[in-house]
Amino acid sequence: MGLTGLEIFKHLPKTNCKACGFPTCLAFAMALANGKASLDACPDVSEAAKEALSSASAPPIRLVKVGTGDNVVELGDETEIFRHDKRFNHPTAVAIVVNDTDDVAARLEAIDALTFERVGQQYKLEMVALVNASGDAGKFKTAVEAAVAKTAKNFVLVCEDAAAMEGALSAAAARKPLLYAANKDNYEKMTQLAMANGCALAVKAANLDELETLVEKIVALGHKDLVLDPGSRTTSKVIADMTQIRRLAVRKKFRTFGYPTIAFTSKEDEQAELLQAVAYIAKYTSVLVVKTAKKELLLPLLSWRANLFTDPQKPVAVEPGLHVIGDAGPDSPVYCTTNFSLTYYLVEGEVDATRIPSYIISVDTGGISVLTAYADNKFTAEKIAKAIKDLGMEDKVKHRKIVIPGAVAVLKGKLEDESGWEVIVGPRESSGIQKFAKAQFA
Amino acid sequence: MAVEILKEKYRSQVREVVLGATSAEGGTRSHTIKVGGEAALPFLHFEGETPNRPVVAMEVWDIVPEDWPASLKAYFEDVYHDPAAWAKKCVEVYGADLIALRFKSADPDIKDSSAEDCIATLKKVLAAVGVPLIVYGCGKADKDNTIMGPLAEAAEGENLLLGVAEAENYKAVASAAMAYKHSIIAQSPIDINIAKQLNILISEMSTPLLDRIVIDPTIAALGYGLEYSYSIMERARFGALNGDRMLAMPMIGNVGNEVWVKKEASISAEEQPGWGDQAERSMAWEATTAMALLQAGMDILVMRHPRAVELIKEAIDDLMQDNSY
Repeated sequence: MGLTGLEIFKHLPKTNCKACGFPTCLAFAMALANGKASLDACPDVSEAAKEALSSASAPPIRLVKVGTGDNVVELGDETEIFRHDKRFNHPTAVAIVVNDTDDVAARLEAIDALTFERVGQQYKLEMVALVNASGDAGKFKTAVEAAVAKTAKNFVLVCEDAAAMEGALSAAAARKPLLYAANKDNYEKMTQLAMANGCALAVKAANLDELETLVEKIVALGHKDLVLDPGSRTTSKVIADMTQIRRLAVRKKFRTFGYPTIAFTSKEDEQAELLQAVAYIAKYTSVLVVKTAKKELLLPLLSWRANLFTDPQKPVAVEPGLHVIGDAGPDSPVYCTTNFSLTYYLVEGEVDATRIPSYIISVDTGGISVLTAYADNKFTAEKIAKAIKDLGMEDKVKHRKIVIPGAVAVLKGKLEDESGWEVIVGPRESSGIQKFAKAQFA
Repeated sequence: MAVEILKEKYRSQVREVVLGATSAEGGTRSHTIKVGGEAALPFLHFEGETPNRPVVAMEVWDIVPEDWPASLKAYFEDVYHDPAAWAKKCVEVYGADLIALRFKSADPDIKDSSAEDCIATLKKVLAAVGVPLIVYGCGKADKDNTIMGPLAEAAEGENLLLGVAEAENYKAVASAAMAYKHSIIAQSPIDINIAKQLNILISEMSTPLLDRIVIDPTIAALGYGLEYSYSIMERARFGALNGDRMLAMPMIGNVGNEVWVKKEASISAEEQPGWGDQAERSMAWEATTAMALLQAGMDILVMRHPRAVELIKEAIDDLMQDNSY
């Protein structure tokens, strides 16, 4: 949420000197508000005004980075309460717990092997949370050393004993881990460690009031790369606290809470833990620490994250091209539709349910639906004919028949001319596909 | 120092809808269930009351569900030839709050059962369980219009939740609900304006019906556009709390129906090794979809897998815990 032009104007020198390239200071202020100019262009702006303007235009939630190089994870920098207003910027980073009492190498090997591919997307697990469960500094350091050697994933170092943290950092500082956590007793030492090593620091308190006090103390020591843990561990309380932190930061510009957040699941049962995690992703958690490393539970969790963090203002497209449903062969039916994901998945689901192995061509319409794409000349006979040809359909099937959506029946003649294929007009709605296929192809 | 907690002040709240009717109220249910009534966004108990917990309905079909994956069918193998026994097991063994009875057999492409056949089944299920019932047709509007009236008449006074009224086809179901004292599901295709329009159309037929409407915003499964449903629901609920009376209804989601036809529910670990065990993954797919929808304000979840139901009921217990400051 930036300032308005008038609010910015108040801080400008009002000399109308034109040095910035704009005719007046007001015009310059308007350009600044729209992000079309930079304050540096003004030769006379005071330091005080610069400070006021840059802090006022800073995002309500600070961007905090963990890790290095290509692996860096960005947290925070959010501006919204509801995703329908504008997209959430940075997907929740998921960290899996590795205790220093575990067989660290074996557990990391299993975690590293977790890669997920769904609908042409790769789902990543960004982090591991190395936990000083033993309470022993030497053991923790050994585990962290083993982890540094074993995996390229980012680390959350979970240990509230500053001396043990210092030991672990001597092995892992170069990886820029997130340090968890500063509390009311250890914060001076932890802040010093975080600053000396250039690491982000999690701040753990017993409740929101204590969190406010603690963050202010740490900021006063000079560290600003913070991640907040209000200390709640039950589902309902976490949702309440995370909502408060987000609301106060975004709506009230409450700087003390203007940082990313971290949440830990508390359920022992892995399936119950999954549901807690689903709620925490929905409710504003930046770093989510989970215990389960089971694929069958992480796949739905990461799919939910992928869903929630899509851009609501951009239609979601599937890969245009040929999709093979079942064991399709030379006699299988060929359907075509657009590459708008909702349309495509509806069609795919229904075609799949016909139990007749089939081909579906998703034509590149820029991710928009059948009728919109037709109206916009993005779903045309020429395009469909070209897709049939480019995808080599003539070699894949013996017949020359293609099914088009009923809503664009009008394309039939033109498409037959363009492609030389027989065009069968399918149902208007995907819900009619099963019945249609039964009549046509069974 | 104390943080100044930010509580939203809303102008309105969601209507409360009663499902079922006891003998004192003209029905035969052992108890009624109230849904809706929220005066805050989902589970933000610190700023307003959520008087009724979300509830879970389990789906019962009047035919054997051949297409369900074996891992799901296994739970019902002893009962799925008999809708009454099936419903009883869902309530007594699996803890269903409601039964959603789906008349699949009425589908002209399946058995084309008559209204009389469906009435006989409905009566058996009503006799077998005491919980309120949701009644769905086969999903084909032309046929459903011929069975919903007779079903509503046969169960007069039971206050069934009848599905579904759609913008193109709402009169038959709405009239049946009016005439025989039932509630209705108003279904709109992931579109908040159509949801609103449909409620206006129904209220033009009968104003009192407004207190007996449950909105089905049409939900998509996890991974298949769930976020669209999520955002439509958040907007609808926000609108309701801010005074939009035509959106201030409880919401229902057909979770099982969406999830169990998806690849993630059925494909084996051998075919898709990266996705893990099919039985647990499919269950988790349904539970995850349901949990996400709860965060956006879902009041009635229609589900299939007993373990997913158990997990969601436990999660609802957790979500309903007071979190006021």
